[in-house]
Amino acid sequence: MSPGITPSQTVGPFLAIGLPWPDGPFVVPSDTPGAIVIEGRVLDGGGQPVPDALVETWQADPASRFDHPDDPRGPAAGPAGFRAFGRSATDSEGNYRVVTLRPGALPGPDGGTEAPHLDVSVFARGLLDRVVTRIYFSDEAAANAADPVLASVPDARRDTLIAVGGMDPAGGGGYFRFDVRLQGENETVFFDV
Amino acid sequence: MTASESLAAGKLAVPQYGSAVGVHPPLDSPGYRSSTLRAPHQPLVRLPQGLTEITGPLLGPERVTASDADLTIGHPGEPLGERIIVSGRVLDSDGRPVPDTLIEIWQANASGRYAHHVDNHSAPLDPNFAGAGRCVTDSLGRYRFVTIKPGSYPWRNHHNAWRPAHIHFSLFGRAFTQRLVTQMYFPSDPLFALDPIFNSIPDAVARERLISAFDIDLTEPDWALGYRWDIVLRGRTATVFETQEGR
Repeated sequence: MSPGITPSQTVGPFLAIGLPWPDGPFVVPSDTPGAIVIEGRVLDGGGQPVPDALVETWQADPASRFDHPDDPRGPAAGPAGFRAFGRSATDSEGNYRVVTLRPGALPGPDGGTEAPHLDVSVFARGLLDRVVTRIYFSDEAAANAADPVLASVPDARRDTLIAVGGMDPAGGGGYFRFDVRLQGENETVFFDV
Repeated sequence: MTASESLAAGKLAVPQYGSAVGVHPPLDSPGYRSSTLRAPHQPLVRLPQGLTEITGPLLGPERVTASDADLTIGHPGEPLGERIIVSGRVLDSDGRPVPDTLIEIWQANASGRYAHHVDNHSAPLDPNFAGAGRCVTDSLGRYRFVTIKPGSYPWRNHHNAWRPAHIHFSLFGRAFTQRLVTQMYFPSDPLFALDPIFNSIPDAVARERLISAFDIDLTEPDWALGYRWDIVLRGRTATVFETQEGR
């Protein structure tokens, strides 16, 4: 008999004891050529910041590859210092921040091409299981228009998956904002994966 | 078919991970007050498992040192409380071990107090206990922590609410689809029937999977009680998807 899957439970309010890493937000070191910042806020159904959330990101490298044995195109180490995985706890204002490289586009499971994206897990007190979303990029309009996952999302909600390019307040390079609205008006699209 | 052949043929052979429907708690669980403003109201959108989902971070030995698995060391003295060993295996639901995978844990001290500024429970902090640990499973998917048994503690969910004693566990598995954060409980806790987080899991059989078992064989004489707990992640089946180029 196959063993039953272990159920999820909330991370609770004290995840900061066990989960944040000093280097967590740095998918690549800040001084990596081409590094971008993705930051935003996690907000609850009342529009209030969620100060005890953890945002994790996972993505392909700029050449559309993964350093993973199950990538059927063969694992690829990616650029030096590139971890593909980011982890940022939110601060008292609900802000998270990751520093990464832009991912490449990917062959999709249903035959199309997936626009550049990051998979995102959000954990928080009050969430009994993680919620999963995706970050796409506002300056990839043509690729986004052809993306099969975005196409599966109701028109009115699609923008909740798109990080908006802008000026880095810290004066850095590429900069995108992506807020996660857990509930209510403009609720972020969350996925069943 | 090798990976390169499959790509050349326009087909990518990738695993797919089985469903966990009915296992995890529903996000909207009214008995758990913190979910009220945080659980999404819109239905989840199905995400087909593509390359981003069937891969994931393979975090291993580079993120841990040997002493990280012993929460009772690294301080000037021994923590107060009942010293325990928590050990088991990480498997997938096909029964295969998950080797070389990072496990992170955190917990309250023996008095039921977290070493965290938000925890204002009046129980004492323990200067010799921080409450965080990590390890990597071995080639057979086995893990082992040494810690102290956490205490139960009150919380503000409802009148006279107390959490059953638990240790938080975080696991990655081999793929984004396998990521799991959960809590391990201890046998025969009188608080189980009253806890909305434990009871948020709809299936009573699945709920029991979060309860560790006392194990005399894991117990070390004159030193520490042993609790065994296996963790099961979603299993997988090979499948093929076509790329556009192959059509």
